[in-house]
Amino acid sequence: MSTINTQQVNPELVARFPEIHPPFDEVAAVIEANRCLYCFDAPCIAACPTHIDVPRFIKKIAQNNLRGSALMILDANILGASCSRVCPVDVLCEGACVYHRYNKQPIEIGRLQRHAMDAFFRNGSALAQKAHEQRAGRVACIGAGPASLALAAELRQRGFAVTIFERKPLPGGLNTYGVAEYKLRSSDSLREIEMIRALGVDFRFGAEIGGEAAFAQLEREYDFVFLGIGLGAMHTLKIPGEHLPGVIDALKFIEGYKTGGKLAVGRRVAVVGAGNTAIDAARAAVRLGAEDVQILYRRDEPSMSAFLFEYEHAKEERVKFHWWTQPVAILQSQNHSGIEAIECIRVQAGLNGSLVKLSDSEFRIPCDMVIPAIGQSPLFEFLEACRGVRTENGRIQVDRTTGQTSHPKYFAGGDCVNGGREVVDAVADGKRTALAVAKLLENKHA
Amino acid sequence: MPERNLTPDISVKFAGISSPNPFWLASAPPTNCGEQVMRAFDAGWGGAVWKTIGDPITNVSSRYSSLDWNGQRMMGLNNIELISDRPLEVNLHEITEVKKRYPRQAVIASLMVESKREAWHLIVQQSEDAGADGLELNFGCPHGMSERGMGSAVGQVPDYAEMITSWVKEKARTPVLVKLTPNITDIRSVARAAKRGGADGLSAINTINSITGIDLDTFIPRPNVDGKSSHGGYCGPAVKPIALNMVQQVQSDPESCLPLSGIGGISDWRDAVEFILLGCGTVQVCTAVMHYGYRIVEDMADGLANWMREKGFATISDFQSLSLARVQDWKHLNLNYKIVARIHEEKCIGCELCYTACWDGAHQCIHLDRVGPNSGRHATPAMRETLSKQSIAMTPIPKLDHTSSSAGKEPYPTPLARIPRVDEAECVGCNLCALVCPVEGCIAMEQVDTHLPSQSWEERTGNPANPARKCD
Repeated sequence: MSTINTQQVNPELVARFPEIHPPFDEVAAVIEANRCLYCFDAPCIAACPTHIDVPRFIKKIAQNNLRGSALMILDANILGASCSRVCPVDVLCEGACVYHRYNKQPIEIGRLQRHAMDAFFRNGSALAQKAHEQRAGRVACIGAGPASLALAAELRQRGFAVTIFERKPLPGGLNTYGVAEYKLRSSDSLREIEMIRALGVDFRFGAEIGGEAAFAQLEREYDFVFLGIGLGAMHTLKIPGEHLPGVIDALKFIEGYKTGGKLAVGRRVAVVGAGNTAIDAARAAVRLGAEDVQILYRRDEPSMSAFLFEYEHAKEERVKFHWWTQPVAILQSQNHSGIEAIECIRVQAGLNGSLVKLSDSEFRIPCDMVIPAIGQSPLFEFLEACRGVRTENGRIQVDRTTGQTSHPKYFAGGDCVNGGREVVDAVADGKRTALAVAKLLENKHA
Repeated sequence: MPERNLTPDISVKFAGISSPNPFWLASAPPTNCGEQVMRAFDAGWGGAVWKTIGDPITNVSSRYSSLDWNGQRMMGLNNIELISDRPLEVNLHEITEVKKRYPRQAVIASLMVESKREAWHLIVQQSEDAGADGLELNFGCPHGMSERGMGSAVGQVPDYAEMITSWVKEKARTPVLVKLTPNITDIRSVARAAKRGGADGLSAINTINSITGIDLDTFIPRPNVDGKSSHGGYCGPAVKPIALNMVQQVQSDPESCLPLSGIGGISDWRDAVEFILLGCGTVQVCTAVMHYGYRIVEDMADGLANWMREKGFATISDFQSLSLARVQDWKHLNLNYKIVARIHEEKCIGCELCYTACWDGAHQCIHLDRVGPNSGRHATPAMRETLSKQSIAMTPIPKLDHTSSSAGKEPYPTPLARIPRVDEAECVGCNLCALVCPVEGCIAMEQVDTHLPSQSWEERTGNPANPARKCD
């Protein structure tokens, strides 16, 4: 197996996307670590979907046992490095810190975790093996995103064989392609996955799975199949002009600048939607040189799905917000080379929460780039062909503790199950499923 | 009622020596030469005990090592430096110079010479001729000098201490203080000997024998002198409790009680007040100055005066020794006094440190059972941790979590499930939970009426001579 190419780092990208949470200095990390109260049964552990033992890994940093600290993190969360950068810690571990109720200064858990993980990767990233012998039992994963990676790492460490099928040329899913570069660089994501590959996980890139025959073959060759397929393409606006050049959905836009070398951006950019991905796209547009970036959202501030801290960051970067604004058309420029404006109307909340258009409220926002960011749709086509695995609203239904679907050979986790949450949620799903699958494999091959 | 307009007088007269305040520099590197002592007096120090003079020695390099704790530097300091390495006549000349320029401040000459009567007579004469306000006999230095029959080699043998003190007193016209070593089973034995020898006062404590730590790469203990180390003298904040105990012992014994200059980990005005409450007339400081410089005396004087004003004390002697009678033998403590821990729920932040401390380090009487089924049996800490790790948590996403938890129903800022409960019937009132609690005033130790008259162990057994039972 060849190692994963962790890519040449693009210096312009690095310059335009400085990290929003820079690493701790060695001394600062110890000072911060010493602030931790070492709570018993700490709320930060419970708040973390992967239940990283936060006080213990922090104590190890304070006591200069950085390898021990990193291994403690990785034992709970194999993607501890990327999670330390991308996790919305304000609503997870740091949000649960008891210091909110005392001196109002929660421990910077995310940055401390990054400190331990950076040291680990600097020093060769040698994982501890949980079992030394190879064991009978083969598992296939569809999709090389965080959920599959977590499952694969855990099963490999226990000696089982895992193959990951990925239709894209690089592993990592949104970790590699879709996370804003100032949070997580693609090269850092790939470095982390190389550590998992080095455990002996077999990756098959460019491998699109679909259709009865393909599933039947997987079932023959593997004991179990894990669906870590994530979500599908982004929703489209379904308004005139949405296919004009100059309209690109947020994930394609982010993927383009992160891994496709596409650093060009419009001068005036309109982002439609107010979720975290919309904010990622808006901030990226600012960093890539857009002069004017506006977010259009059809409801108000309290209704937006972006985290509060993401909203605050966007405002700091002079992203403008238009509330109660619904796009109705994208207008082509005079010379037909692109677009010149997005036409919108004002809406307001009607009874039972539905939106009511305000008459004669049309207005235009001049722009030369429109980025729809109104969520991803489920992979309906894939799911319909998937052996009768039960779904609801496009989400795969699983037993929460084992990840098992309605089809006993199939397990699932991550966005395709939870509708689109965080990396850490996908890792938790993968890890829990791995433990359940390991037990089944042990029984089956006993 | 405290007199709010009072301007406290913090000057002292100690064993016949006057000083504008009770803050003296201990005999140590901060008093190595006249230039330093004059700068110290400019900063506000009331007195200085000169770096011990005698026959000059040769020092090693390095000389100090420290104990850091949880990110804080120099909780304890260790040194293997000997007495002054400068010629005697230079030191004496500088003492004269300092006294000429600073007549109000106290300059005490710390002395150490070989155990010969003539040698002691000579150095006493020389020091007093130089203008010293008093003499401090260094019977305490625990390293190096003791190997040559001086310092703690004298301070550990009461007969030697008494003999040399009496030699000094034959000659001295100024007050004589004896500095005691803590490196002895009972510090009172040497204090009594000094008193028998005629000492006018005592200084306690000198440094404690120590090895502060070992380099885990080279395996060489610190401080490293060309690959070897030697035990040194330990001081700094870490030794204060040991010093306070020895001060109390000396001051409570009529046979050893003399004016006492307190030494040992004093870093701020509060430490100084504690030493004075146990009977000290002045205090001596070294480590805190070595750490932060002479400037710290400003807040020592300021803090002391503000505290005295608040408490209504006009002079130092108004509160000197006030706590002495409060320290008693264990056999005199009231066995029928009972306190229990009470957690103020509105202040609890839910760290559960009291819970784990009580379970693992005390009496298993703090529980987390305010919420959930009560089976009558208490979950162990391990059971609780296991339960938490099995829980399934998700990142809260408003859009996906329509059943947005209508939280805020809790009666306290902290979830009720995380606020521990004290089983008062089982609580022994040990204080541990209140000690580990990070929040000021969250856990209060409150008295409960036992409806029993005060009774000590001595009273209960009816025999003062009755030895206490095995202490475990």
